[in-house]
Amino acid sequence: MMSSGLHAGLVQVGANYPQTTISQGLEVSTPGDTLMVHSGTYRERALVVPHQLTLIGQNNPVIDGNFEGEILTVTADNVTIEGITFKGSGLSHLDENAAIRFEETQGGRVSNNIFEDNFFAVYISQSEKCLIENNIIKGQAKTESRSGNGIHLWYSKDVTIRGNYISGHRDGIYLEFVEQCVVTTNHSTKNLRYGLHFMFSNHNEYNNNQFDMNGAGVAVMYSRHVDMHNNVFADNWGSSAYGLLLKDIYDSNISDNQFSRNTVGLYSEACNRIQVEENDFENNGWAVKIMANSMDNVFTRNNFLANTFDIATNSRQNFNAFSQNYWNRYRGYDMDKDGIGDVPFRPVKLFSLLTEKNEPALMLMRSIFVEIMDLAESYLPILTPATLIDEEPLMRMNQ
Amino acid sequence: MTTLLKIIKYQLHDLLRGKWFIIYTAVFFLLTDGLFRFGGDPGQVSLSLMNVVLFIIPLVSIVFGTMFFYNSREFMELLLSQPISRVALFLGLYLGLTLPLSAVYLIGVGIPFMYHAGIMTGGYWILLLVGVSLTWVFTALAFFIAVLSEQRVKGIGMTIVLWLFFAILYDGIILFILFALEEYPLEKLTLILSLFNPIDLGRILMLLQFDIAALMGYTGALFSKFYGNMFGSAVAVLALWTWVATPVWLGYRAFSRKDF
Repeated sequence: MMSSGLHAGLVQVGANYPQTTISQGLEVSTPGDTLMVHSGTYRERALVVPHQLTLIGQNNPVIDGNFEGEILTVTADNVTIEGITFKGSGLSHLDENAAIRFEETQGGRVSNNIFEDNFFAVYISQSEKCLIENNIIKGQAKTESRSGNGIHLWYSKDVTIRGNYISGHRDGIYLEFVEQCVVTTNHSTKNLRYGLHFMFSNHNEYNNNQFDMNGAGVAVMYSRHVDMHNNVFADNWGSSAYGLLLKDIYDSNISDNQFSRNTVGLYSEACNRIQVEENDFENNGWAVKIMANSMDNVFTRNNFLANTFDIATNSRQNFNAFSQNYWNRYRGYDMDKDGIGDVPFRPVKLFSLLTEKNEPALMLMRSIFVEIMDLAESYLPILTPATLIDEEPLMRMNQ
Repeated sequence: MTTLLKIIKYQLHDLLRGKWFIIYTAVFFLLTDGLFRFGGDPGQVSLSLMNVVLFIIPLVSIVFGTMFFYNSREFMELLLSQPISRVALFLGLYLGLTLPLSAVYLIGVGIPFMYHAGIMTGGYWILLLVGVSLTWVFTALAFFIAVLSEQRVKGIGMTIVLWLFFAILYDGIILFILFALEEYPLEKLTLILSLFNPIDLGRILMLLQFDIAALMGYTGALFSKFYGNMFGSAVAVLALWTWVATPVWLGYRAFSRKDF
């Protein structure tokens, strides 16, 4: 009690200080204080920050929740948490226990912390104007049902997620009913399910992130007005793995991204009015799979390089536009030297359509019979979508 | 045994005098080297070579094998008038052709690979293995047909039909079966069907090296799981060996009863 009175606004916690535990520190703190946590391991959980406070770790203190319940819950506005290692929030099938939870707050900040082996690491619920930056979040998820998400946002607004490294969780970053968020320069890798997962979240933006080696890539579902640019989607391999999976997305923009070595680079189901521009698709199994329930999407100035299949679809109908893309399979010529091929390009091969209908047919890939069939079909299209054509294929790669 | 070696040695001399072998080596060498110079990346070179291997090697082996057998007729008759066992003669002829054919392929493809990409490139070994295996399989089939059919034209016609069947028609039949039985789970069936065509077997072994991303679906996962583990690899190798041994044995059986 004395110390908080003497050092106006600064509460020190540590083995050599009056307050030896964080809960004591929180108890004596008054709104607006700074709580300085000195190095050491604090075996504490169910901590609550009830008023505005700045929690700062000195020399890497560790708060160990011992895999039971939640570690720290913030219910006040403008709370900052910085430089602390959080370990072991408890696994539960009933509660979404997090290392740090913000509950109905504004202006929270979580920066430069380390999270290890938590069920959920950072959980933002019904909060606004938060910033989560430069944290290192590592989990040891083994099965989807027994693991939580790295950064989880629910019913929140104006949150910025920046520069974090997230691995080993179920979803790296999960957003549900979230608006006006920016997700930028994060690296989300080796998560069990998705590197980033959007649900029912409109007007969001994510850029300059790297998503690689996640179980199923990145999923954006049931959202409108999502801007996705300059991201890298790479090495998502598996029977249902995607670089980027879009489901029921409207009026969005996907530009300058790189899709490399994914089973499916970009998968689109029931998506409307999406601009897909200037992306690079290389060495994917399928660069783009676009289901027939997608309409009015525009693919333009993308590069398609060394993919096993460039475009696959499941129907003869096509309601999307492809123009001025570069296809490394294109064999046409350019008589007037304007950089645009004079012969249209058909990116859907008959074989890709067949495998879409009958997956085991994949075993015939690169067989001579299939090559002959594809060749015949490309001259005289009967089964492949007649209107899925790039009328103006580029002769050179779009830089 | 010594007779066998002597026959093989004689065959080598005989074949190396012909221009065939130089042309065959040069084709592989220039193709591989050229692909490296234009394409560059060893993965793509392997992919392009894969089509050549699957198309050219069976065709050359089977046609050249039959022609070779017919052309050796007088040599055979001469040797059979001597106290020489028919096993030694038949195997001598067979090895005397397959060994140089395989060596030519290994040199033509292997050397450019070595100085362009190093020998540890992924898929390189499987490319060589499949090429050599297909040489052995289709030479064996060629010999079997040549023993059965006295007439040259008929024999060569049959080999071409057989090649057409394995290289192209078989896959058409598979596709037909897959769509006819669409409602059933077919993954296991495709796995079994792939064992009954040496070209398909070779193609799938190579696909698992090169087109991994596209093969990550359920079918692909099943294939890579099967062919990726010890048991599957053993089955694949055993199947390829069976494809060599069966026609050799059948050919020898017909050869040993043949009245010259």
